[in-house]
This record gives sequence, C-alpha cells and structure tokens, in this order.
Amino acid sequence: MAGTILKAKNFNAFFGQNQVLKNINLDIMRNDVVAVMGPSGCGKTTFIRCINRMHELTPDATAEGEILVDDKNVYKMNLIVLRRKIGMVFQRPNPFPTMSIYQNAIAGYLLNGIKLTKSKKDEVVETSLKRVALWDEVKDSLHKKGTFLSGGQQQRLCIARAISLNPEILLLDEPTSALDPISTSKIEELIYELKKNYTIIIVTHNMQQAGRISDKTAFFYLGEVLEYNVTKEIFTNPKHEKTQNYITGHFG
Amino acid sequence: MTIEYRNIRNKLFKGIVIILTVICTLPLLLVLYRITKEGISAINWDFFVNLPKPVGEKGGGIANALVGSGLIILMASVFAIPLGISIGIYLSEFKKTKLAYFTLLSVDVLQGIPSIVIGIIIYLWVVKTMGHFSAVSGSIALSMMMLPAIIKSTEETLKLIPDTLKEASLSLGVPYYRTILKVILPAGITGILSGVILSVARVAGETAPLLFTAFGNPFMNTNITKPMSSLPSIIFNYAISPYEDWHKLAWGASFMLIAIILVLNIITKIAQRKWRVQF
Amino acid sequence: MTINRSYRKIKLQYIGRKEIRRINFTEASFKKMLLLSAIGLVVVLLAIFVTLLISSLPSIKAIGVGFIYGKTWDPVVDHYGGLPFLIGTLLTALLALIISIPFSLAVGLFLGEYFRSGVISGIFKNIIELLAAIPSVIYGFWGLFVLVPLVRSLETTLGVPPYGVGIFTSSIILAIMIIPYSVSLTAQVISLVPANLKEAAYSLGATRFEVIKNIILPYTRSGIFAGILLGLGRALGETMAVTMLIGNSHIIPTSIFSPGNTMASVIANEFTEATGDIYLSALIEMGLFLFVVTTIINVIGRRVIKRFSIN
Ligand SMILES: Nc1ncnc2c1ncn2[C@@H]1O[C@H](COP(=O)(O)OP(=O)(O)OP(=O)(O)O)[C@@H](O)[C@H]1O
Ligand SMILES: [Mg+2]
Repeated sequence: MAGTILKAKNFNAFFGQNQVLKNINLDIMRNDVVAVMGPSGCGKTTFIRCINRMHELTPDATAEGEILVDDKNVYKMNLIVLRRKIGMVFQRPNPFPTMSIYQNAIAGYLLNGIKLTKSKKDEVVETSLKRVALWDEVKDSLHKKGTFLSGGQQQRLCIARAISLNPEILLLDEPTSALDPISTSKIEELIYELKKNYTIIIVTHNMQQAGRISDKTAFFYLGEVLEYNVTKEIFTNPKHEKTQNYITGHFG
Repeated sequence: MTIEYRNIRNKLFKGIVIILTVICTLPLLLVLYRITKEGISAINWDFFVNLPKPVGEKGGGIANALVGSGLIILMASVFAIPLGISIGIYLSEFKKTKLAYFTLLSVDVLQGIPSIVIGIIIYLWVVKTMGHFSAVSGSIALSMMMLPAIIKSTEETLKLIPDTLKEASLSLGVPYYRTILKVILPAGITGILSGVILSVARVAGETAPLLFTAFGNPFMNTNITKPMSSLPSIIFNYAISPYEDWHKLAWGASFMLIAIILVLNIITKIAQRKWRVQF
Repeated sequence: MTINRSYRKIKLQYIGRKEIRRINFTEASFKKMLLLSAIGLVVVLLAIFVTLLISSLPSIKAIGVGFIYGKTWDPVVDHYGGLPFLIGTLLTALLALIISIPFSLAVGLFLGEYFRSGVISGIFKNIIELLAAIPSVIYGFWGLFVLVPLVRSLETTLGVPPYGVGIFTSSIILAIMIIPYSVSLTAQVISLVPANLKEAAYSLGATRFEVIKNIILPYTRSGIFAGILLGLGRALGETMAVTMLIGNSHIIPTSIFSPGNTMASVIANEFTEATGDIYLSALIEMGLFLFVVTTIINVIGRRVIKRFSIN
C-alpha cells in the first residue's frame, strides 16, 4: 500500500490578485501523518482547502497547477467523488445543529442519500464513534443534539463524521486549537490510531504536537514550502534559517 | 438657565413621552375591547355552520367566509412559500450579484405597493383572462402580498447561518442542492417559518386585493375558479350595510379574524424564543 | 481495540456515471430554479408597471392633464377629473402624518432610549406590533361605530355640519395605522446612537432631555425622516379603513371636516362597477399614480435607512 498518495505540482493559489500559494511542490506518502506548520497567514489553511477544492467556494478564489490524488488531477475529478475520498475537519467544531449525535455520525450517508439498513446504520455509528473514543461517553445519549456536547466531544464527533465515509485522506485544520489540554491529548491519541488506515494532513501551530504525532513536517513561509522533511530532521537539523527561527521561537 | 429649570424640563419631557406612548396603546385596547364585547355575543353554533341569512331572519352564520378564507389563504401559501423561500435562498447565496441587488429592490418596492393596486393588477392579469372573478385570483393577489415577508425572513435567517455548516456538508461530498435543502434550510427553519406565519397573519385580514379578485359569494363555494367569500370581505360588506343583524355577524367575523391573527402572532413569538436552532 | 470493519465494503467512493449525471442535472436545475425565481420577481415588478401604464393609456389619451386639475368626476357623462381625489388623498395623508409624528417620536424615544429593554419595553413593543397587525377593515369597522359618533359630537360642538365621516375621521384612523410603521424605524435608529456620544454629553453634565435634543435627534434625523416617509407611503395607499370612513363624496373638500374621497377609496368603490373603457382606465391611472408615488417614496426611504445603518 505504500507509495505517493498526494502530489502537488507547481501549484499556485490566489484570492483575487493576491497570490497566497507560490509554486508548491509536495509529495505525500500513503499512511503518513504530515504536519503543516508556519506563521499565521502563510497559506496553510489555503493549501489544505485546495486539496479537496473547498478553496474555490470563496468568491474570486482561483488556483493553477496540479494536485494529484492517486495520480488523478483533483481539478479534473468529480467534486463529489473527490470530497468523499478526502475527509475534512475544521478548526472550530461544527456538528450539524439540527441533527442528533447519532445522525451526525452518519451525516455523510444521510445527506448523500445513501440508504443503509437500520442495523448497518447502528454499526457505522458505533464503529466510528468507537474509533474516535467517543462511544463510551455518548452511547446513552445518542439521540441528543450534537451541539449539546463539549467542544472536545464535538470535535471528535466531527472527526467521526468525516471518517465514517471511509476517506483515504483526512485533512485537519488546527483541530485542537479551540480545545482544552485533555481533549487535545485525546484527539492526538486518536490521530495516532487513525494513521493505520488513513493518510493525515494536519495544520498545527503547536510544535510539541507536530513532534508527537507527525511523520513529516512541511514548513510554509509566505506561501512557499521552505522545507519538507521527516519531522525529527526538521526539528533537530533544520536546513533553513527561517525554520530554525520558527521552531526555536525566535520569530518575527 | 438654572439647574432646577433644566431638571424640571427633563422630567417634564420624560412625562410627555410616557403619556404619548400610553395614548398610543389606547386604540389597540379600545379596538380589542369593543370587538370582544360585541363579537363574543355574536358567536354561537349557527355562526360557524350557517350561511348568511336574508335580513330579518335569525340564525345566520359565516360558514362560507370561514371556509373561503381558509381556502384562499391556503392556496396563497402554496404559491408564495416555495417561491419566497427560493428567492430568499438566491439572495443569501448570491448576495453580491447585480441580480440580487435588483431583486432586493423589487422586494422593497413590492412591499410598499398599496394593496388596492395589487388588486387592480391581478384583475387585469387573471380575472380578465379568465373572464370572471375567482378564488384563485384572490389567492394570487394575496400570495404577492405574502412574498416580501417570506423572502426577507428567509434571506435574513440564512445570512446568519455560519458558513462552516455549509462547508462541513460540502466536504462530505454532499451536492450543493442537498446541502441547501438538508442542512441550511433545516438550520434556518424557525426563522423562515415565523416569516411565513407572520405573512399569513398579515394577509388574513387583507380586503382590498380581494375586492376585484375573489370578490365574495353569499353561498358556500369550494370551487376555486368561482367567486368566493372571505372573512375580511364579509366584514366590509356587512359593516357598511344598514342592518343590525348583519352588523352582529360582522362583529363576530371581526372577533374571529382578530383571534386568528393574535394566535398566529403568539405562535411566532413562541417559535422564535423556544425552537431556535443552536449553533 | 477490535473494530468491526465490515462496513468498509460499502463502495462509497464509487458513484456510477448515471448517478453523477443525475446529480449534476438536479444541481443545475436547482441553481436554475433559484436564478429564475429571482429574475421572476424583477420581471413581475416591471410587468406591474407596464401593465398599469398600458391600461391607463386610453384615459391618458382621452383626458390628458385634465385628469389632474379637472374638478368633476361624473362617469355618466364620461367626465373624469381627478382633482377632488388628489386633494383628498394628500389631505388625509398629510393630516395623518401631522397627527402621528409626535406619537411616533415619543414611542421611538420610549423604546429606543428611555426603556430599551426589560418587561415594560417588551409589553409596549408587543402592543405596537399588534397595532400594526390589526387589519385595515377592522379599523374601518371600529371607526364607523366608535370614532364617527365621537367626531359627530365634536362637529356639533364646533358648529360644523355633523357628518361624522370625512377627512378628519379618516386621518385619525390613518394616523393610528401608520404609527407602528414609523415607530419600528424610529426606535431602531434611536437605539443605534453610539453610547460614547451620549456619555460624552452626560459627562459634561447634560440632562437626558438635553442629550436627546442635542445629540440623539440631530444624529438620527435622517433615520426619523425615513420612518416618516415610509409612514406617508402607507397612508397614501391605505384603502379599506379610509373607504369606510371618508364619506365618499366627489366634491372637493372645503374643510378637514368635509367628507371626501381618496384615490384608493374611489378605486375600491367604483372599480367593479366601471363600465366604460375610459372609466376603468381612469381608475387604473389612479392606481398607476399610487404605484409610482409609493415606489419613489419607498426607494428613497430605504436608501436613507441603508445609508444610516452603514454609518
Ligand atoms: N477569504 C479570503 N479572502 C481573501 N484573502 C484571504 C481569504 N482567506 C485568507 N486570505 C489570505 O490568504 C493568506 C493565507 O491565509 P490562510 O488562511 O491560508 O493562512 P494560514 O496559514 O491558515 O493562517 P493561520 O495560521 O492564521 O490560520 C492570508 O494572507 C490571508 O490574508
Ligand atoms: Mg488557518
């Protein structure tokens, strides 16, 4: 199963005239966890939103170059197929407010109109909630609204919602930035667990977090990838002065 | 100017403001009082099940107007709700387009058109084409009057729904139309519904646009291509008649109408407070 | 952790071509529907104007500007002078406006400044809202039985012919009906006055009245003007209550106690009985006039409000 799953080739992205990603070239291996780091505004979010083409939802946002998933250009793929292949978790937990916990966990099926039998539904809900280690906490209140959960629980529910569709790649945009330390460590454990089955790209500002969970780290600076390497290497032996400054906190 | 004078002037002004405000509430109280007093005594079983009777005969009712109002408003809602929600979605989803600007302008203009002018228009468009007055033409006129409230409540509710909800759905590979119909609309349902109910409450008492469309009918009629009676038109016709019996029916009909409008208003109030979707 | 992985077998990412085509088609239709409904509304508004204009042409051709200054309206001899109704409309609307302004301002200050929140504010807000919810026909009915006798006795005291119905009675009812519209705007703009402006004045020792007079009213002038303007728009086109209370006289009113007629009430009374082509067309021309005037008033009013809320 090894090999490249995602490849960015001479990729550029714009908001109107403003170029926010410059000539990105990046290869991501299957089942790797890749941390995307860099100072605020350097284009991390934009990059991962380009991978599942959420970028183009913004008016005036454009992109050029190629992103290949399984050797297929995402800009030539059907949007629905692409987005089912790539799950996304946002910075702020965003469970569907009109749905129960149960419904949120299988929202991908419900909203896409994929018919499942009752037992299949139960199974998918239980499996995905167990994988995000939420099952024990919510199994008695599955029919309460998802928005009643705590922030950390909501975020895990959102991850469950994303993985219940069995994507191949999981995009996480600062998933723990709005959470307390305990919830954060739960989600980190979860990522470690998920890595067996998924390729994970995670945006984070937290150096320790990147060190703990990622195999590789991409360091973004002003819309460019300055350095992309094995995480340990980046942390112990950064090639670039800017990276060095960033990880040692001597930035700006 | 002494401080004393300034303080007195300050208090006096506040007093005037309060008095004028209290005076403003008098009409409502007086109208409600009179209609309740006269209306309740007019209401009995006959009132609901009988047709209006010729002057002098006892036991007349307004069954035809109740049925007529119900049918006309139901039909108007069927026309206006999907159309209004659709336009509201367009306005909130494509707010920056030129068309959105002109559509919003049209909504404002439509809201300001006197109801009698709507009556003229539907007379020219529908009644003249059909060759005669009809309930359905009345419904079309009322639906035009319902549109602005429905469009605005939809637009304003949807505008407040965070974009992240839409993105969450789209990122699951859910097509745009399903995202709107199954995520965005349900999240805004309370606001949209209260707009719909308020618009129903508003047109339930509209008389002018029905004068030359649904027209009125002294008999029971459920055929929507024929003239049909309604609560407001029966109030108008009987109120300006010289007969005591008919005045009584008009008070009863007014009481019914006000009661319906009050209930609809209260329902929206409760809905807005209790069933709001939490994000 | 052992996890049942059997659901992996569901082929989610595989969507058949047919399915994709179906989704694309529905998607396109959905967007087209949104677009068409929005275009439709603009088209309907234009169509309303064009229809009114075309249907008014026979009258415009036959009567011309005489429609505005002609003093007699006599369908029997095909004579259509609209001056009595123009005067009736303007007189009732302006009188209603004059009556309503102090009240709208007071309630606006009450809800927007003195009692901005709490139980009292809630009660009065609801009452004002309900005032707007009562149908025109019910105001007219109530006016006939409550207001008309009162005005009649007032007229007797004053020594003018005691019709009871007339311009004055209609204006009172109209004032009651437009107050809620003006208030909702007035209260809103008054509550939007920045707190720091008011605090600056208070810190200089100003009383609340002085703050209202020197800070709040100047600041909210344009918004209050818009509220009054929109009230005027409503008053001009209001039909049922006026029809029931104005007396329906085709003679130019000589005093505010005279009976008269407004354009809207003439249309309401005569439209279904208008037999001749020119007769009907003349009534529609009045509809056109009302449409154009209220549209202008609305567009201006909303412009002002928008500009105010941006500032
Ligand atoms: N919707 C938008 N419209 C215009 N410009 C935008 C938009 N979103 C982001 N940008 C710009 O694009 C650049 C990259 O933004 P991006 O959100 O990708 O940064 P980021 O690395 O994720 O930052 P952060 O760490 O603060 O989340 C920034 O300069 C930002 O100003
Ligand atoms: Mg970001």
